[in-house]
Amino acid sequence: MTSKKRYERPVVTKHYSGFMNKIGTSSFSKPMKEIDGVQVTELVEKFGSPLFIISERRIRQNQRNAYRIFKTRYPKVQFAWSYKTNYLNAVCSVFHQENSWAEVVSEFEYDKARALGIKGDNIIFNGPDKNKSALIKAIKEKSKIHIDHFDELYDIIEICDSENLRAKVAIRVNMDVGVYPKWDRFGFNYENGEAWQAIKRIVSNKNLELIGLHTHIGTYMMSTEAYRIAASKLASLARSIKEQFEIIIEYIDLGGGFASHNTLLGQYLPAEETIPSIDQFADAISSGLFELNFRQDELPFLILETGRALVDDTGYLVSTVLANKRLSDGKKALIIDAGVNILFTGFWYKHKITPAQDCGLHTEEAAIFGPLCMNIDVVRESITLPLLKKGDRVVIEYVGAYDMTQWMQFITLRPNVVMIMEDGSVELIRQAETLEYITQRELIPEKLKSKS
Amino acid sequence: MNIAITGLNATDNPGPGVPLIRSIKAHPDFSGKIIGFIYDSLEPGIYMDDVADIKYLIPYPSSGLEILYERICAIHQKEKLDLIIPSLDSELYGFVKLKDRLEDLGIKTFLPTLEHLNIRAKDKLFDFCKTHGINAPKNILLTSPNDINNIPKDFEYPLVVKGIFYDAYIANNIEEVKTAFNKMTAKWGYPIIIQEFIKGAEFNVVGLGDGTGATIGAVPMKKLYITDKGKGWAGITIEDDKLLNLSKMIIEKSKWKSGLELEFIKSEKSNEYYLLEINPRFPAWVYLAPSAGQNLPYALLDLAFGKQVEPFNNYTVGTIFVRASWDLITDIKAFEKIAVLGEI
Amino acid sequence: MNIFSIPANVAVSDTGFVFLPTTGETFTLNEIGKEILRMLQQNKNLDEITEIILENYDIDRMSLEKDINDFLAQLKNYSLLVEV
Repeated sequence: MTSKKRYERPVVTKHYSGFMNKIGTSSFSKPMKEIDGVQVTELVEKFGSPLFIISERRIRQNQRNAYRIFKTRYPKVQFAWSYKTNYLNAVCSVFHQENSWAEVVSEFEYDKARALGIKGDNIIFNGPDKNKSALIKAIKEKSKIHIDHFDELYDIIEICDSENLRAKVAIRVNMDVGVYPKWDRFGFNYENGEAWQAIKRIVSNKNLELIGLHTHIGTYMMSTEAYRIAASKLASLARSIKEQFEIIIEYIDLGGGFASHNTLLGQYLPAEETIPSIDQFADAISSGLFELNFRQDELPFLILETGRALVDDTGYLVSTVLANKRLSDGKKALIIDAGVNILFTGFWYKHKITPAQDCGLHTEEAAIFGPLCMNIDVVRESITLPLLKKGDRVVIEYVGAYDMTQWMQFITLRPNVVMIMEDGSVELIRQAETLEYITQRELIPEKLKSKS
Repeated sequence: MNIAITGLNATDNPGPGVPLIRSIKAHPDFSGKIIGFIYDSLEPGIYMDDVADIKYLIPYPSSGLEILYERICAIHQKEKLDLIIPSLDSELYGFVKLKDRLEDLGIKTFLPTLEHLNIRAKDKLFDFCKTHGINAPKNILLTSPNDINNIPKDFEYPLVVKGIFYDAYIANNIEEVKTAFNKMTAKWGYPIIIQEFIKGAEFNVVGLGDGTGATIGAVPMKKLYITDKGKGWAGITIEDDKLLNLSKMIIEKSKWKSGLELEFIKSEKSNEYYLLEINPRFPAWVYLAPSAGQNLPYALLDLAFGKQVEPFNNYTVGTIFVRASWDLITDIKAFEKIAVLGEI
Repeated sequence: MNIFSIPANVAVSDTGFVFLPTTGETFTLNEIGKEILRMLQQNKNLDEITEIILENYDIDRMSLEKDINDFLAQLKNYSLLVEV
């Protein structure tokens, strides 16, 4: 018997002017059959679908690359891994092995970093919510506390007094860097003198040691100029501190916020075309730091809390087509087994979605819905994909940042997360949730228990 | 020489591809093949005789660089491209990023840099002008509804209310500013630009910079007829050293590389020129330049191939272009070829 | 018995290009779409079409049935097919 021809679903496409460019409208090129040399099919057969996959190699490459880029422009550089971006222990551990400190914004994240063996003085404690017990712990363990508001500053003064402790602190500064929205809800304002007032209050207290200045100007920033302004404003603050109080701060922390290559919904051109490279951000920051005018041996460390730009492209989500549907207006819809509960960033990104198997040349415009029985579960309003059938798989790219922290257990359980190791082996790094896992924290009042 | 050119959409909002090709083909030294890169099967340039020798569909800029690159590679295998001249605003970022990879394939380009593309952004152009002492309409950015009440007193009505990327309204009083502000923030978000409205006549200049600050050529034009979409439908080359020198200064200060179009308005009040926009590519009326004695598109070709190009310092004043509508007739077979095979 | 028919003026070329002269609309079919449309033009019924496709292509009956139904719905939507 002769072998049969490869099947493709029969399809008819109407030509509309402006929308009839079949070369142009498809947002995929080749199927993504493997990730870091491991077959996607093999992974799904072993670990189920949907499945998050993280590349260890990619994380290390990104981190080393970013370090090299900054280090060649400024002599003293330290990265701190932004826990909220992805705080799976395995992911954090790779960053820590690459010499990153921990940057945490809650007591939970603080404890997580400590449990991974990170020493207090390699933890930067940010955020507006640091309760008293967390502060005492952090002060005792000599972590670097970035004060967000005056109430926190007075809490720390009080704690140090009553517990007879000395705290290493920095302040978070917000400022006008010419981008909007202004992030003025975090930290002390630069322009109206609030930051300087906070600095004066700190240096006048014998129990507080001012060691750094911090800012974080926004998220998914596309302007390098904003970073130059931020760096130069912090640098001039550091110079004033030196001149007025003879204190040479240990570091300037420029936070994070570099845009990744994920394209925002509503953005026409792909991010890869319009987003500045890390080199360009680094150029801007290092030129802003010229304002310091310090002697070589007095230069503060430059700390970076880069999250998204280091981890977004290391994560993949493999999902399986559950059904093909045709909506009442004739439009195609695809239902896949990954919904917005685990792909939170789908609300603002046009993720790149690529079939995981060979497919025909024909493409069709379709909506992609998740599996949740909820109208909001829209993975993408409209995307052009090759014809996919039930059981086919797609790879959703750039899901390393925020998806594995902002995900929620809703209607379904969260899936396995695996890491493809540098040597090509595959390790499970977070087990899929079970009914037991979810209900173990629940209690049923006695009278509600079923009698049968 | 095999030269690929985009923008064959010679519609009522025309791309510059067709006039670019006409200019290049009009040069006595040109011999080679013109490859049209098209986005849609109905781009009029496809159906014009003696414009592009062969046409290929290429992916929209929004599809991503890899897909564009692959398509170019596939075309390159057949056509052995020597040079690509992208001519539409939305393509430039992509081609700038692909520049080195194209160079590796042996395909040349002659493009503005990313910095060039950035200074022309609406909120950055004013800073550029300020730094170099070029008149530009006063500009402030509004970032909250509150800011409407704080528009400085020296901004007189009417004002132009502009979105960061698109849209502009003329407002005659604060109520109209609020209406326009709400409309645009709902659509495009912040910031909103409030710009001084300058009454006067519009002037345009087509130019070519070599990237070192030198102007290879520049031809000023006054629009004679403007469509309801604001497009020039007829224009005439004019003599005005002030405008020409100002244009050369802009090219010098920005070290502009590639073709460009400068849009000015001449204030009725002060008789000064104000720079409204820098468009980072040749305009759709570029064929007026060779017609007036400066074949700027062909000069770009020479620059791209590394030849020494002597600057033009003359052009014929009073050369007129009048755009025409002209129905091209074709057979469904030609349309089928483009629609199904992506080339013709 | 065939309950579908393709309007007589629908022209399908070898490239899969379809021209509907009454409305001026044009379409593209993929390879299988083209084969099915041609068979419908030759008045083959659905059972015959199904058998021929099954014989030539690597596909199971159930999936094919779903796809053909969807394809017919698309054709109907575009007035390339009428129920008789």
